[in-house]
Amino acid sequence: MKKTLLALAAVAAFSFAASAAQAATKVCFVYVGPKNDGGWSEAHDIGRQEIENHFGDKVETVFLENVSEGPDAERAIERLARSGCNLIFTTSFGFMEPTLKVAKKFPDVKFEHATGYKTAPNVTNYNSRFYQGRYIQGQIAGKMSEVGVAGYIASFPIPEVVMGINSFLLGAQSVNPDFQLKVVWVNTWADAGKEADAAKALIDQGVDILTQHTDTTAPMQIAAERGIKAFGQALDMIEAGPETQLTAIIDSWGPYYIKRTQAVMDGTWESQSTWDGLVDGILTMAPYTNMPDDVMKMAMETEAKITNGEFEPFTGPITKQDGSEWLKEGEVADDGSLLSMNFYIKGVDDQLPQ
Amino acid sequence: MTLIEAVLLTVTTAATPLLLAALGELVVERSGVLNLGVEGMIVMGAAIAFVAAKMTGNPYFGALLGALAGCAFSLLFGFLTLTLVTNQVATGLALTILGLGLSGMIGESYVGEPGVQLEPISFPFLSELPLVGPLLFAQDIIFYLSIAAVIGVSWFLFRSRLGLQLRAIGDSHGSAHALGISVIKTRYCAVMFGGLCAGLAGAQLSLVYTPQWVENMSAGRGWIALALVVFASWRPLRVLAGAYLFGAVTIGQLHAQALGIAIPSQFLSALPYLATIVVLVIISRNRRLTLMNTPASLGQPFVPDR
Repeated sequence: MKKTLLALAAVAAFSFAASAAQAATKVCFVYVGPKNDGGWSEAHDIGRQEIENHFGDKVETVFLENVSEGPDAERAIERLARSGCNLIFTTSFGFMEPTLKVAKKFPDVKFEHATGYKTAPNVTNYNSRFYQGRYIQGQIAGKMSEVGVAGYIASFPIPEVVMGINSFLLGAQSVNPDFQLKVVWVNTWADAGKEADAAKALIDQGVDILTQHTDTTAPMQIAAERGIKAFGQALDMIEAGPETQLTAIIDSWGPYYIKRTQAVMDGTWESQSTWDGLVDGILTMAPYTNMPDDVMKMAMETEAKITNGEFEPFTGPITKQDGSEWLKEGEVADDGSLLSMNFYIKGVDDQLPQ
Repeated sequence: MTLIEAVLLTVTTAATPLLLAALGELVVERSGVLNLGVEGMIVMGAAIAFVAAKMTGNPYFGALLGALAGCAFSLLFGFLTLTLVTNQVATGLALTILGLGLSGMIGESYVGEPGVQLEPISFPFLSELPLVGPLLFAQDIIFYLSIAAVIGVSWFLFRSRLGLQLRAIGDSHGSAHALGISVIKTRYCAVMFGGLCAGLAGAQLSLVYTPQWVENMSAGRGWIALALVVFASWRPLRVLAGAYLFGAVTIGQLHAQALGIAIPSQFLSALPYLATIVVLVIISRNRRLTLMNTPASLGQPFVPDR
């Protein structure tokens, strides 16, 4: 009798454990860099931790870091799919094709790919409207710069980066129509030395405000050393320049990750192509610091306007660098033309690498 | 500070790590050993220097430990290639890969943290001089060491008995051995000196260039240093000239961009490497020049007959 009871208890316990295990949704991540890179990958990892905090025991998360964008990516993603992940986030542009390939083999697993443009029945692509934050930064620069010229350290001439440059300048021109931008391309995402050199070169040529579309805090450090102001990128970089950083664009993937995990739990997940921004909380701004109150007020107002959908940075009239008209008065750029942007607007002191 | 002064100052910062690493490798190659692990030694030096400086708050201690880390790493190379007679090319490449991985692990919890900077040391009066003052007399200690190293290595190689022996080994280890010179011992010393220099170059990156730690922050400078040695046809003063030329081209292309000069940035980024290739072609066209300087037993293992 005792034995039977024990056995029954064991079976009950086992089936309880099994059902608990079944109930836990397994959410997996693939990062291109180390999970504490102080930028891109770390921002995604913070999102993963937010899922854990939000759902507690109901989820299990797994991540693979330092996965290069070559053939390794496909193996890594497939390994995750085989290990029973219900939802897999692949968080770099170069993971697009591998994700689609693996997704075909595992139709029951949901995939989400960041910053690409292709979808499949079980693959969503998602992105963040970084340019909205850059417009606000531009406005601040327009007010804060005494010489009216800002320096921009750019990585690669892809639409995302070109879009950021244009948006920053539009913001600056909205408060100072003659504002100019000097751009230096470093052709790397993360090379502290080269970014520092670019920062020094720009400062030596007289810019008094600096912004970057690269991943290390080196430009912020140089700006601090030389006593000028700068903007952070991907994460709050205030530690690198407590008296230097005006604000930073912060990638806050957490809310989106929670939303999509919930959808998988509810069985309502569907493939989509999304491009969220300030309004969805996927993009947030670091505290506005080191600036006068009126500039801070202006920045907050612009942030509020973009957040509640009252205003979009790419609203006409906008003239291209060559003088031709791009957007008419009041016309708002559509997502397609933003995502393929390959031209500068008026005021950029640089030739766009073709 | 004028623009010229500012530009020249950034050029010295960019050139110093290249100069140190290349000078160390020059001595190694003059002794007949080819160490392709320069990149790995630099990045190890950078990581250890940063961590040590951060933990003690003393950048000088950091620089010392960074140099020693490079030296220790080169000792591993020495043990494998000189004692166990493994293939030098493969061992050097493995050392680079190992260094990149290991340094990433060591520095993992330090990524993005503000670092400790090596402050410039000014000489009274001299540093007040226009142009040369800030350039030559108000720099950090690693800059002074790099210049001293050029003079020291030149003197050592061409004016001292030991230097003559080292060059003899590089040219013909068999004959040198027959003359009773200790080939292996000398090569060990050369390899360790190379590691010390590369480690110090790494320390310059994480304590002067950009006082912070980022994974892979050597960013290919070890390979440039290797090219510089050939570029300079194994002469210390030419390494100095080459490193500064290289630094100038690197900084110059950024300034050209900031000025809005319409040359593709990718081309400008490639310019330093193109310059190296051009010089290599010019040097190799002159057969006499090449043969005169290339250490004849470069890369060949030496096994003394017992």
